[in-house]
Amino acid sequence: MAGTPEEHADKKNIGIKINHLDLTVPEGITILEAAHKAGVKIPTLCHLDLHDIKMVNKTASCRVCMVELVDSKNNRNKIVPACVTKVSEGMEILTSSLRAITTRRMSVELLLSNHPNECFTCPKNRECELQALAAELGIREIRWEGERMDYPKDLSSGAIVKDSNKCIYCRRCETMCNEVQTCGILSGIGRGFDAHVGPAFNIPMVESSCTYCGQCVQVCPTAALTEVNHTDKVWEALNDPDKHVIVQTAPAIRVTIGEMFNMEPGTIVTGKLVTALKRMGFNTVFDTDFGADLTIMEEAAELIYRLNNNKTLPMLTSCCPAWVKFIEHQFPELLDIPSTCKSPHIMFGTIIKTYYAEKNGIDPDNIVIVSVMPCIAKKAETKRPELTKDEHNNVDIVVTTRELGLMIKEAGLDFESLPDSEYDKPLGETTGASVIFGTTGGVIEAAIRTAYEWITGGELKKVEFEQLRGAAGLRKATVQVGDKTLRIGIASGLGNARTLLEEIRDGKAEYEAIEIMACPGGCIAGGGQPYHHGNFEIVKKRQEAIYQEDRNKKIRKSHENSEILKLYKEYIGEPFNDTAHRLLHTHYEERERI
Amino acid sequence: MVEISNNKKLLRIALRNCGLLNPEDIFEYIALGGYESLGKAITQMTQDQVIDEIKKSGLRGRGGGGFPTGLKWELTKKQKSQEKFIICNADEGDPGAFMDRSILEGDPHSVLEAMAIGGYAIGARKGLIYIRAEYPLAIARLSTALQQAGENGLLGENIFGTDFSFDIYLKYGAGAFVCGEETALINSCEGKRGEPNYKPPYPVEEGYWGYPTCVNNVETFANIAPIITKGAQWFASLGTEKCKGTKVFALVGKIKNVGVIEVPMGTTLREIIYDIGGGIPGGRKFKAVQTGGPSGGVIGEANLDTPMDYDSLISIGSMMGSGGMIIMDETDNMVKIAKFYLEFTMDESCGRCTPCRIGTKRLYEILNKITSRKGTMADLDALKQLAYMVKDGSLCGLGQTAPNPVISTMKYFWDEYLAFIKDVDHPRGEGRYTAKNKIGIRS
Repeated sequence: MAGTPEEHADKKNIGIKINHLDLTVPEGITILEAAHKAGVKIPTLCHLDLHDIKMVNKTASCRVCMVELVDSKNNRNKIVPACVTKVSEGMEILTSSLRAITTRRMSVELLLSNHPNECFTCPKNRECELQALAAELGIREIRWEGERMDYPKDLSSGAIVKDSNKCIYCRRCETMCNEVQTCGILSGIGRGFDAHVGPAFNIPMVESSCTYCGQCVQVCPTAALTEVNHTDKVWEALNDPDKHVIVQTAPAIRVTIGEMFNMEPGTIVTGKLVTALKRMGFNTVFDTDFGADLTIMEEAAELIYRLNNNKTLPMLTSCCPAWVKFIEHQFPELLDIPSTCKSPHIMFGTIIKTYYAEKNGIDPDNIVIVSVMPCIAKKAETKRPELTKDEHNNVDIVVTTRELGLMIKEAGLDFESLPDSEYDKPLGETTGASVIFGTTGGVIEAAIRTAYEWITGGELKKVEFEQLRGAAGLRKATVQVGDKTLRIGIASGLGNARTLLEEIRDGKAEYEAIEIMACPGGCIAGGGQPYHHGNFEIVKKRQEAIYQEDRNKKIRKSHENSEILKLYKEYIGEPFNDTAHRLLHTHYEERERI
Repeated sequence: MVEISNNKKLLRIALRNCGLLNPEDIFEYIALGGYESLGKAITQMTQDQVIDEIKKSGLRGRGGGGFPTGLKWELTKKQKSQEKFIICNADEGDPGAFMDRSILEGDPHSVLEAMAIGGYAIGARKGLIYIRAEYPLAIARLSTALQQAGENGLLGENIFGTDFSFDIYLKYGAGAFVCGEETALINSCEGKRGEPNYKPPYPVEEGYWGYPTCVNNVETFANIAPIITKGAQWFASLGTEKCKGTKVFALVGKIKNVGVIEVPMGTTLREIIYDIGGGIPGGRKFKAVQTGGPSGGVIGEANLDTPMDYDSLISIGSMMGSGGMIIMDETDNMVKIAKFYLEFTMDESCGRCTPCRIGTKRLYEILNKITSRKGTMADLDALKQLAYMVKDGSLCGLGQTAPNPVISTMKYFWDEYLAFIKDVDHPRGEGRYTAKNKIGIRS
């Protein structure tokens, strides 16, 4: 088991040799960690250390990080994987001996011998860790040609593509799905040469209990798991003169899409993003933040309604479609606790196709709404029957941050040098409260900012609730609102969500409100975001940027958004009334657990 | 089975009761001294004394690895844990091997008694027998034996009126060879995918459900009770300096007397094949013997005087394994034999690590090419390089030993490989390479 840095602190130091160099390292670390300290890079493939979210893939299965251990006593040197072998006193390690290099290189050759040679057309071209490794190790020839895996692609979910022919069986997805997300969808199936990863009995993804959170996609080193690509649908709509194409961008996009253009992680590029979208030909460019402010109006009203009328508590936020699907499959007995609010982009879609269409005299049939989301689950969300029951699909197409990045490149825009522009109006005003939807703890903080003022009738001077922030995947805090003490639970990552829900189900803990986001860290680390390639520092920088964007905003409470107020005045009436229910609320259903 | 039980070279310890008693009647076992060892161990000996006795006897694991049994027990006992487990590995799966099956079907109580002794020694209250579902008779007899032992107070609460309580449960394997590897076996017991884990941690540290777990093979257990009653010194007087006691082998293939035999460690292959096995039928010449099942290597005429013990066999490129012994005569083609074994390990690979998952497949494909007379000298080079890489790079014993049949046949029967090759202009000695890419060359 890989120890945490704290564990290492009280361990004694030991002497080892790496490539004949004497080193003193803490006992209990792996050869890989020791080599890193010595500035020696050992290539890895299956290994993935995301200790921030308590995930370390220790399958030691790819056999790429193999090193030679000198055993001069028995004259029997051994080849061992550096990622899981711990150092011990007097250990002599050779990382580039002929035998180590041979084993390492041949492992990669073997993997390539069973891998489709289609880098040119592969969605992970230049993002693929296997491709990078082959380049790094200087593979010039694959000496072992033979049978290759031949499985059909699974596109059944409409969200995640599973292309098993590209599976190198590193099992990162399995570790993520089972240990971090506790969904247990992906696991090893078949044996020997036929072994690959998939749902039990290799059923289509759509028939499984998969939430489409896409964290498996985030950690897959190849293109065995990717998102279904919808960019062509967007291009078609943009080129259809009869269509009024409206795009909305989720809160978390503005702090991540810069990475698609090699900008520093955490760079806020809101203005450039809007310009890019306008230049691509979208008729109107909106901000999902508006939908988020709308969600807060409804969610805060629902919370107060539940508090005042002794209704089911806690109330769970419902912005995250992966988390919604999770509770439907895993905790059907708790389906009365999530808020009935639709997710922000779906709410916004509804308002665009009703209020906005009416107001601007556009036939809603001709409106195409494209949501740019950090999320793969949102692709499946838009296909949910209850959200498509009227003929006006609330949202028509969802593309991820990555897909939009590719489209901007395809459009030939030099993103970094684009000037800034503003989101279109009306429905373009947004608040700091809606921006923080992009990070774990943000939705509930935004809701509390509004609920506080509505309950107390007074002004909230300090809008930052530091107790709701933080990096831990499971956090508990209390917020004093007038004479009420609200007990708040926050979980990011579905494993943490499970812990929280089990506490509630078993009556071990009581809360008034809970926020759950399926992806560890929230939408900034969503399945559709630029690949972090195992570097979670990137996610932390994105989070800092989100909070910075909140501080930059003049208005930081959703209920002070003047366009939101106007919308209620002109069209909806009061939050949580019948019209609001018809337009902005939804329901959930029990689903089978497979 | 041919009657060979009078042969002076045979010595039955593990098989002491097989064929002599009714395995479905516990009282016949008790009448022959059964459960006396358990009584002695738990009423007259401390845990450490039991472990010490096993250590002094020199008994080594009969599943193939040859790890000292007493040491394994001691390591498990030393672990600080509320709960510990002892597991009997009855997942015998080598082609042509039926040693454990003979014991389980012929003398199930010898295993139960030994597991209880082991449980006492290491501090376990629960034992598991992981047995392949393809052994229905063994399962039936074990179930009967478990029931009878329970009814007679030899398993369960407060055995022999002591504080020691011990129960044994059966777990059925679903037919995966790799589940004979102890970490894979434990995963399978837990209901997980039957595939090995990286060691360390070893099962004695973190095994079944994370608790310290001692895994011993059926034959190892069958030796325990006699050691406790007759003493370590008696056991240690048998066999060779480093390998004490006896070993059970299943003799099959081109041999007159097919069956299960038990001989003292150190008996030579020649003695086993000719004096016990009666030699090769049909007047044909002996060619080779495969020991250690698909993980072992072939041994030719030149090494027939090798004493059968763990270390000698490894030194000639094979291994003891669990005791399967397949004899081949002059009509057998060794390249095809290697391909047969490799096909077995390829099919039985769990697929977890690259060398075993893809490497064995590629080895098989090259062998196929060679036996279809389409191979070249470069293919032989590739075969050898890859064989060593799979051996070096695989995660568990299955992959690490899978190339042994290829490596050993290439070593001892190189000419048979050459005979298949179409471009042999200049037959060369074994061990020379012409591959363009020199990485991977071994002397």
